[in-house]
Amino acid sequence: MNWSSAYAIDILPRLLEGLWVTIEVTMAGMVIALVVGLFVAVVRYLNIPVVSSLFTFYVLFVRGTPLLVQAYAAFFILPSYGITWSAFTTGVIVIGLNYSAYTAEVYRSGIEGLPAGQWEAACALSLPTRRTWTKIVLPQAVKTIIPVLGNYWIQMFKDSAILAAITVSELMQTAKTIGSSDFRYLEPFTIAGILYLVVSYTASLFVKSMERRYAPTH
Amino acid sequence: MPPLTEDHPTTGASDREGSEMITFADVSKSWGDNHVLRSLNFHVAQGEKVSIIGPSGSGKTTILRILMTLETPDDGLVSIEGETLWDARGKAKPKETKQMRATRRKVGMVFQSFNLFPHMTAVENVMEAPVQVLGMSKEEARERATGLMEQVGLSQHLDHKPPKLSGGQQQRVAIARALAMRPKILLFDEPTSALDPELIGEVLAVIRDLALSADMTMLMVTHEMRFAEEISDRVVMFDSGQAVEQGPPHKIFKDPDHDRTKKFLRAVLDR
Repeated sequence: MNWSSAYAIDILPRLLEGLWVTIEVTMAGMVIALVVGLFVAVVRYLNIPVVSSLFTFYVLFVRGTPLLVQAYAAFFILPSYGITWSAFTTGVIVIGLNYSAYTAEVYRSGIEGLPAGQWEAACALSLPTRRTWTKIVLPQAVKTIIPVLGNYWIQMFKDSAILAAITVSELMQTAKTIGSSDFRYLEPFTIAGILYLVVSYTASLFVKSMERRYAPTH
Repeated sequence: MPPLTEDHPTTGASDREGSEMITFADVSKSWGDNHVLRSLNFHVAQGEKVSIIGPSGSGKTTILRILMTLETPDDGLVSIEGETLWDARGKAKPKETKQMRATRRKVGMVFQSFNLFPHMTAVENVMEAPVQVLGMSKEEARERATGLMEQVGLSQHLDHKPPKLSGGQQQRVAIARALAMRPKILLFDEPTSALDPELIGEVLAVIRDLALSADMTMLMVTHEMRFAEEISDRVVMFDSGQAVEQGPPHKIFKDPDHDRTKKFLRAVLDR
Protein backbone atom coordinates (compact mmCIF):
# COMPACT_ATOMS: atom_id res chain seq x y z
CA MET A 1 0.00 0.00 0.00
CA ASN A 2 1.53 3.29 -1.07
CA TRP A 3 0.92 6.68 0.42
CA SER A 4 -1.32 8.88 -1.72
CA SER A 5 -1.10 12.55 -0.92
CA ALA A 6 -4.06 13.34 -3.14
CA TYR A 7 -6.20 10.89 -1.18
CA ALA A 8 -4.87 12.25 2.10
CA ILE A 9 -5.87 15.79 1.15
CA ASP A 10 -9.20 14.48 0.02
CA ILE A 11 -10.06 12.94 3.42
CA LEU A 12 -8.48 15.64 5.55
CA PRO A 13 -11.63 17.78 5.95
CA ARG A 14 -13.60 14.79 7.28
CA LEU A 15 -10.82 13.95 9.70
CA LEU A 16 -10.69 17.55 10.89
CA GLU A 17 -14.41 17.33 11.55
CA GLY A 18 -13.70 14.23 13.60
CA LEU A 19 -10.95 16.07 15.44
CA TRP A 20 -13.41 18.83 16.27
CA VAL A 21 -15.80 16.26 17.78
CA THR A 22 -12.89 14.83 19.77
CA ILE A 23 -12.16 18.31 21.09
CA GLU A 24 -15.82 18.83 21.97
CA VAL A 25 -15.91 15.52 23.83
CA THR A 26 -12.75 16.45 25.70
CA MET A 27 -14.02 19.90 26.64
CA ALA A 28 -17.43 18.74 27.83
CA GLY A 29 -15.95 15.64 29.48
CA MET A 30 -13.39 17.70 31.36
CA VAL A 31 -16.06 20.08 32.67
CA ILE A 32 -17.88 17.06 34.11
CA ALA A 33 -14.63 15.63 35.47
CA LEU A 34 -13.67 18.93 37.13
CA VAL A 35 -17.07 19.60 38.70
CA VAL A 36 -17.93 16.06 39.81
CA GLY A 37 -14.36 15.40 40.91
CA LEU A 38 -14.37 18.50 43.10
CA PHE A 39 -17.68 17.53 44.64
CA VAL A 40 -16.48 13.97 45.31
CA ALA A 41 -13.21 15.21 46.82
CA VAL A 42 -14.89 17.69 49.17
CA VAL A 43 -17.56 15.21 50.32
CA ARG A 44 -14.90 12.61 51.00
CA TYR A 45 -12.81 15.15 52.90
CA LEU A 46 -15.76 16.18 55.08
CA ASN A 47 -16.04 12.61 56.39
CA ILE A 48 -19.83 12.53 56.43
CA PRO A 49 -20.93 9.11 57.71
CA VAL A 50 -22.19 6.76 54.95
CA VAL A 51 -22.12 9.45 52.22
CA SER A 52 -18.35 9.81 52.25
CA SER A 53 -17.88 6.03 52.11
CA LEU A 54 -20.25 5.87 49.14
CA PHE A 55 -18.07 8.36 47.32
CA THR A 56 -14.97 6.41 48.27
CA PHE A 57 -16.57 3.34 46.74
CA TYR A 58 -17.44 5.39 43.63
CA VAL A 59 -13.77 6.30 43.15
CA LEU A 60 -12.70 2.71 43.76
CA PHE A 61 -15.27 1.33 41.33
CA VAL A 62 -14.62 3.80 38.52
CA ARG A 63 -10.86 3.51 38.76
CA GLY A 64 -11.04 -0.25 39.05
CA THR A 65 -12.93 -0.90 35.81
CA PRO A 66 -11.80 -0.15 32.24
CA LEU A 67 -13.15 2.89 30.44
CA LEU A 68 -14.13 0.65 27.52
CA VAL A 69 -16.27 -1.54 29.77
CA GLN A 70 -17.94 1.53 31.25
CA ALA A 71 -18.63 2.90 27.77
CA TYR A 72 -20.14 -0.39 26.61
CA ALA A 73 -22.22 -0.73 29.73
CA ALA A 74 -23.61 2.79 29.36
CA PHE A 75 -24.22 2.48 25.64
CA PHE A 76 -25.78 -0.98 25.50
CA ILE A 77 -27.32 -1.51 28.92
CA LEU A 78 -28.79 1.89 29.84
CA PRO A 79 -31.23 1.91 26.88
CA SER A 80 -32.90 -1.21 28.25
CA TYR A 81 -33.70 0.88 31.33
CA GLY A 82 -35.30 3.51 29.14
CA ILE A 83 -32.29 5.85 29.08
CA THR A 84 -31.58 6.57 25.44
CA TRP A 85 -28.89 9.14 24.95
CA SER A 86 -27.02 9.82 21.73
CA ALA A 87 -23.61 8.22 21.36
CA PHE A 88 -22.04 11.65 21.83
CA THR A 89 -23.90 12.39 25.08
CA THR A 90 -23.23 8.91 26.43
CA GLY A 91 -19.57 9.21 25.50
CA VAL A 92 -19.17 12.62 27.17
CA ILE A 93 -20.86 11.47 30.37
CA VAL A 94 -18.92 8.20 30.54
CA ILE A 95 -15.52 9.75 29.99
CA GLY A 96 -16.36 12.72 32.25
CA LEU A 97 -17.43 10.49 35.13
CA ASN A 98 -14.50 8.16 34.52
CA TYR A 99 -12.06 11.03 34.85
CA SER A 100 -13.90 12.52 37.81
CA ALA A 101 -12.60 9.62 39.89
CA TYR A 102 -9.06 10.63 38.99
CA THR A 103 -9.55 14.37 39.36
CA ALA A 104 -11.14 13.69 42.77
CA GLU A 105 -7.86 12.19 43.89
CA VAL A 106 -5.94 15.13 42.46
CA TYR A 107 -8.16 17.61 44.28
CA ARG A 108 -7.71 15.59 47.44
CA SER A 109 -3.94 15.83 47.19
CA GLY A 110 -4.28 19.58 46.71
CA ILE A 111 -6.60 19.99 49.70
CA GLU A 112 -4.50 17.78 51.95
CA GLY A 113 -1.36 19.56 50.84
CA LEU A 114 -2.60 22.86 52.22
CA PRO A 115 -0.69 23.78 55.41
CA ALA A 116 -2.76 23.20 58.55
CA GLY A 117 -2.05 26.81 59.51
CA GLN A 118 -4.42 28.01 56.79
CA TRP A 119 -7.34 26.14 58.34
CA GLU A 120 -6.27 27.32 61.78
CA ALA A 121 -6.10 30.95 60.70
CA ALA A 122 -9.58 30.66 59.17
CA CYS A 123 -10.85 29.15 62.43
CA ALA A 124 -9.15 31.83 64.52
CA LEU A 125 -10.94 34.47 62.46
CA SER A 126 -14.24 32.59 62.80
CA LEU A 127 -14.65 32.52 59.03
CA PRO A 128 -17.75 30.56 58.02
CA THR A 129 -17.03 27.04 56.74
CA ARG A 130 -18.30 27.75 53.25
CA ARG A 131 -16.19 30.87 52.94
CA THR A 132 -13.14 29.00 54.25
CA TRP A 133 -13.56 26.46 51.46
CA THR A 134 -14.33 28.84 48.63
CA LYS A 135 -11.97 31.68 49.47
CA ILE A 136 -9.11 30.12 51.43
CA VAL A 137 -8.80 26.39 50.80
CA LEU A 138 -9.88 25.74 47.22
CA PRO A 139 -8.15 28.66 45.48
CA GLN A 140 -4.85 27.63 47.02
CA ALA A 141 -5.41 23.88 46.59
CA VAL A 142 -6.48 24.20 42.96
CA LYS A 143 -3.58 26.44 42.09
CA THR A 144 -1.06 23.77 43.03
CA ILE A 145 -2.81 21.03 41.03
CA ILE A 146 -3.54 22.93 37.81
CA PRO A 147 -0.61 21.29 35.96
CA VAL A 148 -1.73 17.81 37.05
CA LEU A 149 -5.28 18.52 35.94
CA GLY A 150 -3.87 19.79 32.64
CA ASN A 151 -2.10 16.49 32.10
CA TYR A 152 -5.30 14.59 32.78
CA TRP A 153 -6.97 16.77 30.21
CA ILE A 154 -4.42 15.75 27.58
CA GLN A 155 -4.79 12.13 28.59
CA MET A 156 -8.56 12.41 28.23
CA PHE A 157 -8.09 13.89 24.76
CA LYS A 158 -6.24 10.73 23.72
CA ASP A 159 -8.46 8.33 25.68
CA SER A 160 -11.52 9.69 23.92
CA ALA A 161 -10.52 7.48 20.98
CA ILE A 162 -11.97 4.61 23.00
CA LEU A 163 -15.40 6.13 22.43
CA ALA A 164 -15.12 5.04 18.80
CA ALA A 165 -16.22 1.68 20.17
CA ILE A 166 -19.64 3.15 20.92
CA THR A 167 -19.81 4.98 17.57
CA VAL A 168 -19.12 8.52 18.78
CA SER A 169 -18.11 10.22 15.53
CA GLU A 170 -14.83 11.54 16.86
CA LEU A 171 -11.45 11.39 15.16
CA MET A 172 -10.76 7.68 15.62
CA GLN A 173 -14.23 6.67 14.55
CA THR A 174 -13.96 8.90 11.48
CA ALA A 175 -10.66 7.32 10.51
CA LYS A 176 -12.17 3.85 11.00
CA THR A 177 -15.18 4.69 8.88
CA ILE A 178 -13.06 6.09 6.06
CA GLY A 179 -10.78 3.09 6.23
CA SER A 180 -13.50 0.49 6.02
CA SER A 181 -15.46 2.22 3.27
CA ASP A 182 -12.47 2.92 0.98
CA PHE A 183 -10.33 -0.03 2.10
CA ARG A 184 -7.45 2.37 2.65
CA TYR A 185 -6.10 2.51 6.20
CA LEU A 186 -2.66 4.04 5.80
CA GLU A 187 -3.71 7.63 5.19
CA PRO A 188 -6.65 8.01 7.62
CA PHE A 189 -4.85 6.45 10.61
CA THR A 190 -1.58 8.21 9.86
CA ILE A 191 -3.30 11.56 9.66
CA ALA A 192 -5.37 10.78 12.76
CA GLY A 193 -2.18 9.91 14.63
CA ILE A 194 -0.51 13.12 13.52
CA LEU A 195 -3.53 15.20 14.53
CA TYR A 196 -3.58 13.59 17.99
CA LEU A 197 0.12 14.26 18.34
CA VAL A 198 -0.03 17.88 17.20
CA VAL A 199 -2.87 18.77 19.55
CA SER A 200 -1.55 16.88 22.57
CA TYR A 201 1.97 18.18 22.10
CA THR A 202 0.77 21.77 21.80
CA ALA A 203 -1.39 21.28 24.87
CA SER A 204 1.54 19.82 26.80
CA LEU A 205 3.61 22.93 26.08
CA PHE A 206 0.74 24.97 27.48
CA VAL A 207 0.59 22.79 30.60
CA LYS A 208 4.34 23.20 31.07
CA SER A 209 4.00 26.95 31.05
CA MET A 210 1.20 26.59 33.63
CA GLU A 211 3.52 24.47 35.72
CA ARG A 212 6.04 27.27 35.85
CA ARG A 213 3.38 29.81 36.63
CA TYR A 214 1.65 27.84 39.37
CA ALA A 215 4.63 26.19 40.98
CA PRO A 216 3.73 25.63 44.67
CA THR A 217 4.85 28.56 46.78
CA HIS A 218 4.73 26.79 50.14
CA MET B 1 -25.04 38.56 59.26
CA PRO B 2 -25.40 40.35 62.57
CA PRO B 3 -24.57 44.04 62.46
CA LEU B 4 -21.24 45.12 63.78
CA THR B 5 -21.57 46.18 67.35
CA GLU B 6 -19.00 48.02 69.32
CA ASP B 7 -19.56 45.53 72.04
CA HIS B 8 -16.33 46.07 73.86
CA PRO B 9 -15.39 49.70 74.21
CA THR B 10 -11.84 50.41 75.23
CA THR B 11 -12.72 52.40 78.28
CA GLY B 12 -13.49 51.34 81.81
CA ALA B 13 -10.53 49.08 82.35
CA SER B 14 -10.28 50.14 85.95
CA ASP B 15 -13.84 49.33 87.00
CA ARG B 16 -13.56 45.88 85.48
CA GLU B 17 -10.05 45.20 86.69
CA GLY B 18 -9.90 41.86 88.36
CA SER B 19 -13.07 40.49 86.81
CA GLU B 20 -12.38 37.09 85.36
CA MET B 21 -11.81 36.82 81.64
CA ILE B 22 -10.40 33.33 81.14
CA THR B 23 -11.08 30.31 83.28
CA PHE B 24 -9.58 26.85 83.03
CA ALA B 25 -11.12 24.49 85.59
CA ASP B 26 -9.56 21.05 85.95
CA VAL B 27 -8.66 20.91 82.29
CA SER B 28 -6.78 17.89 81.02
CA LYS B 29 -5.44 17.04 77.63
CA SER B 30 -3.24 14.23 76.50
CA TRP B 31 -1.86 12.77 73.31
CA GLY B 32 -1.67 9.10 74.04
CA ASP B 33 0.64 8.79 77.05
CA ASN B 34 1.78 12.36 76.80
CA HIS B 35 -0.22 14.42 79.30
CA VAL B 36 0.17 17.98 78.04
CA LEU B 37 -2.31 19.41 80.54
CA ARG B 38 -2.95 17.80 83.90
CA SER B 39 -6.06 18.96 85.65
CA LEU B 40 -5.06 22.55 85.02
CA ASN B 41 -6.67 25.38 86.96
CA PHE B 42 -5.78 28.72 85.49
CA HIS B 43 -7.38 32.14 85.55
CA VAL B 44 -6.72 35.37 83.74
CA ALA B 45 -8.28 38.67 84.74
CA GLN B 46 -9.76 41.16 82.33
CA GLY B 47 -7.03 43.30 80.78
CA GLU B 48 -4.24 41.24 82.26
CA LYS B 49 -1.09 40.58 80.24
CA VAL B 50 0.19 37.12 81.02
CA SER B 51 3.30 35.43 79.67
CA ILE B 52 3.66 31.70 79.77
CA ILE B 53 7.17 30.32 79.87
CA GLY B 54 8.54 26.83 80.18
CA PRO B 55 10.26 24.04 78.27
CA SER B 56 8.98 22.82 74.93
CA GLY B 57 6.25 20.23 75.08
CA SER B 58 5.12 21.43 78.49
CA GLY B 59 1.61 22.28 77.30
CA LYS B 60 2.00 26.05 76.95
CA THR B 61 0.81 26.22 73.39
CA THR B 62 -2.02 23.79 74.11
CA ILE B 63 -3.56 26.34 76.47
CA LEU B 64 -3.75 28.85 73.62
CA ARG B 65 -4.97 26.29 71.12
CA ILE B 66 -7.79 25.18 73.39
CA LEU B 67 -8.83 28.82 73.85
CA MET B 68 -8.82 29.29 70.08
CA THR B 69 -10.83 26.04 69.74
CA LEU B 70 -8.10 24.50 67.60
CA GLU B 71 -7.82 21.76 70.17
CA THR B 72 -10.41 19.93 72.23
CA PRO B 73 -9.83 19.34 75.94
CA ASP B 74 -10.28 15.80 77.22
CA ASP B 75 -11.73 16.88 80.52
CA GLY B 76 -12.66 20.00 82.45
CA LEU B 77 -14.31 23.33 81.77
CA VAL B 78 -13.03 26.33 79.87
CA SER B 79 -14.93 29.58 79.88
CA ILE B 80 -14.52 33.16 78.75
CA GLU B 81 -16.27 35.90 80.71
CA GLY B 82 -18.32 33.19 82.33
CA GLU B 83 -19.53 31.84 78.99
CA THR B 84 -18.69 28.22 78.39
CA LEU B 85 -16.24 27.60 75.59
CA TRP B 86 -15.59 23.92 76.33
CA ASP B 87 -17.43 21.71 78.73
CA ALA B 88 -15.64 18.37 78.74
CA ARG B 89 -16.51 17.39 82.29
CA GLY B 90 -17.03 13.64 82.34
CA LYS B 91 -18.02 13.65 78.69
CA ALA B 92 -16.53 11.67 75.87
CA LYS B 93 -15.81 14.53 73.56
CA PRO B 94 -17.27 18.03 73.62
CA LYS B 95 -18.74 19.16 70.33
CA GLU B 96 -18.59 22.43 68.52
CA THR B 97 -21.70 24.36 69.48
CA LYS B 98 -23.29 27.62 68.48
CA GLN B 99 -22.44 29.09 71.85
CA MET B 100 -18.85 27.99 71.47
CA ARG B 101 -18.61 29.67 68.10
CA ALA B 102 -20.08 32.87 69.51
CA THR B 103 -17.69 32.83 72.46
CA ARG B 104 -14.73 32.10 70.22
CA ARG B 105 -15.25 35.43 68.49
CA LYS B 106 -13.90 37.16 71.58
CA VAL B 107 -10.56 35.53 70.98
CA GLY B 108 -7.92 36.31 68.38
CA MET B 109 -4.65 34.57 67.78
CA VAL B 110 -1.23 35.35 66.35
CA PHE B 111 0.61 32.24 65.20
CA GLN B 112 4.25 31.33 65.25
CA SER B 113 4.23 30.81 61.47
CA PHE B 114 2.01 33.86 60.73
CA ASN B 115 -0.48 31.83 58.66
CA LEU B 116 -1.43 34.72 56.44
CA PHE B 117 -3.47 33.86 53.36
CA PRO B 118 -0.73 34.00 50.71
CA HIS B 119 -3.06 34.50 47.74
CA MET B 120 -4.62 37.65 49.20
CA THR B 121 -2.99 41.05 49.63
CA ALA B 122 -2.05 42.26 53.09
CA VAL B 123 -5.05 44.56 53.37
CA GLU B 124 -7.39 41.83 52.07
CA ASN B 125 -6.06 39.54 54.78
CA VAL B 126 -7.01 42.13 57.38
CA MET B 127 -10.42 42.92 55.81
CA GLU B 128 -11.57 39.36 55.26
CA ALA B 129 -13.01 38.54 58.68
CA PRO B 130 -14.63 41.93 59.37
CA VAL B 131 -16.50 41.65 56.07
CA GLN B 132 -17.36 37.95 56.28
CA VAL B 133 -17.92 37.54 60.00
CA LEU B 134 -18.97 40.97 61.27
CA GLY B 135 -20.85 41.82 58.08
CA MET B 136 -19.01 45.09 57.59
CA SER B 137 -19.16 46.87 54.27
CA LYS B 138 -16.00 46.60 52.19
CA GLU B 139 -15.34 50.34 52.46
CA GLU B 140 -15.68 50.31 56.22
CA ALA B 141 -13.52 47.20 56.55
CA ARG B 142 -10.86 48.67 54.29
CA GLU B 143 -10.82 51.81 56.40
CA ARG B 144 -10.37 49.80 59.57
CA ALA B 145 -7.74 47.60 57.93
CA THR B 146 -5.83 50.61 56.63
CA GLY B 147 -5.81 52.13 60.10
CA LEU B 148 -4.51 48.91 61.61
CA MET B 149 -1.85 48.52 58.96
CA GLU B 150 -0.71 52.01 59.82
CA GLN B 151 -0.67 51.11 63.49
CA VAL B 152 1.71 48.22 62.78
CA GLY B 153 3.84 50.44 60.54
CA LEU B 154 2.94 48.90 57.20
CA SER B 155 0.93 51.56 55.35
CA GLN B 156 3.38 51.16 52.47
CA HIS B 157 2.50 47.49 52.02
CA LEU B 158 -1.30 47.43 51.86
CA ASP B 159 -1.47 45.82 48.44
CA HIS B 160 1.50 43.50 48.73
CA LYS B 161 0.97 39.79 48.98
CA PRO B 162 2.50 38.03 51.99
CA PRO B 163 5.19 36.10 50.08
CA LYS B 164 6.64 39.48 49.08
CA LEU B 165 6.94 40.59 52.70
CA SER B 166 9.64 39.80 55.24
CA GLY B 167 8.81 37.53 58.16
CA GLY B 168 8.59 40.50 60.51
CA GLN B 169 6.25 42.33 58.18
CA GLN B 170 4.11 39.23 57.75
CA GLN B 171 3.79 38.82 61.47
CA ARG B 172 2.76 42.46 61.83
CA VAL B 173 0.08 41.95 59.18
CA ALA B 174 -1.04 38.90 61.14
CA ILE B 175 -1.33 41.05 64.27
CA ALA B 176 -3.37 43.63 62.34
CA ARG B 177 -5.58 40.85 61.01
CA ALA B 178 -6.26 39.55 64.52
CA LEU B 179 -6.93 43.07 65.81
CA ALA B 180 -9.43 43.76 63.02
CA MET B 181 -11.93 41.53 64.83
CA ARG B 182 -11.51 43.64 68.00
CA PRO B 183 -10.94 40.59 70.17
CA LYS B 184 -11.19 40.86 73.93
CA ILE B 185 -8.43 38.33 74.25
CA LEU B 186 -5.38 38.19 72.03
CA LEU B 187 -3.23 35.07 72.07
CA PHE B 188 0.38 35.08 70.92
CA ASP B 189 1.90 31.69 70.20
CA GLU B 190 5.66 32.21 70.14
CA PRO B 191 5.17 35.16 67.78
CA THR B 192 8.88 35.72 67.14
CA SER B 193 10.21 32.16 67.13
CA ALA B 194 10.08 31.80 63.35
CA LEU B 195 11.77 35.13 62.70
CA ASP B 196 15.33 35.97 61.79
CA PRO B 197 16.97 37.66 64.81
CA GLU B 198 17.12 41.08 63.17
CA LEU B 199 13.35 41.07 62.56
CA ILE B 200 12.28 40.16 66.09
CA GLY B 201 12.52 43.73 67.38
CA GLU B 202 9.93 45.23 65.03
CA VAL B 203 7.36 42.61 66.00
CA LEU B 204 8.05 42.94 69.72
CA ALA B 205 7.67 46.71 69.37
CA VAL B 206 4.17 46.29 67.99
CA ILE B 207 3.22 43.84 70.73
CA ARG B 208 4.71 46.15 73.35
CA ASP B 209 2.60 49.05 72.10
CA LEU B 210 -0.49 46.91 72.33
CA ALA B 211 0.36 45.69 75.79
CA LEU B 212 0.89 49.21 77.05
CA SER B 213 -2.05 50.89 75.36
CA ALA B 214 -4.82 48.37 74.88
CA ASP B 215 -7.35 47.18 77.35
CA MET B 216 -7.22 43.78 75.74
CA THR B 217 -6.40 40.68 77.73
CA MET B 218 -3.20 39.22 76.35
CA LEU B 219 -1.81 35.76 76.74
CA MET B 220 1.60 35.07 75.29
CA VAL B 221 3.72 31.98 74.99
CA THR B 222 7.25 33.16 74.45
CA HIS B 223 10.93 32.44 74.77
CA GLU B 224 11.77 36.14 74.84
CA MET B 225 12.36 36.36 78.59
CA ARG B 226 13.41 40.00 78.73
CA PHE B 227 10.37 40.98 76.77
CA ALA B 228 8.08 38.89 78.95
CA GLU B 229 9.58 40.55 81.99
CA GLU B 230 9.03 43.97 80.54
CA ILE B 231 5.41 43.77 79.41
CA SER B 232 3.76 41.16 81.60
CA ASP B 233 1.61 41.69 84.65
CA ARG B 234 2.16 38.06 85.48
CA VAL B 235 4.47 35.29 84.35
CA VAL B 236 3.48 31.66 84.54
CA MET B 237 6.10 28.94 84.60
CA PHE B 238 4.74 25.84 82.95
CA ASP B 239 6.10 22.34 83.13
CA SER B 240 4.70 18.85 82.58
CA GLY B 241 1.18 20.07 82.02
CA GLN B 242 0.96 22.19 85.12
CA ALA B 243 1.57 25.75 86.22
CA VAL B 244 4.58 25.18 88.45
CA GLU B 245 4.88 28.72 89.65
CA GLN B 246 3.44 32.10 88.83
CA GLY B 247 3.76 35.67 89.93
CA PRO B 248 4.83 39.17 88.95
CA PRO B 249 7.75 39.15 86.49
CA HIS B 250 10.35 40.57 88.87
CA LYS B 251 9.58 37.81 91.33
CA ILE B 252 9.66 34.98 88.78
CA PHE B 253 12.78 36.19 87.02
CA LYS B 254 14.77 37.50 89.99
CA ASP B 255 13.71 35.30 92.84
CA PRO B 256 11.81 32.18 91.77
CA ASP B 257 10.72 29.79 94.48
CA HIS B 258 10.55 26.63 92.52
CA ASP B 259 13.61 24.58 91.57
CA ARG B 260 12.15 23.79 88.19
CA THR B 261 11.82 27.51 87.42
CA LYS B 262 15.35 28.26 88.59
CA LYS B 263 16.75 25.50 86.42
CA PHE B 264 14.76 26.56 83.38
CA LEU B 265 15.71 30.23 83.69
CA ARG B 266 19.34 29.40 84.22
CA ALA B 267 19.28 27.35 81.02
CA VAL B 268 17.55 29.95 78.85
CA LEU B 269 19.13 33.11 80.24
CA ASP B 270 22.70 31.81 80.10
CA ARG B 271 22.57 31.16 76.40
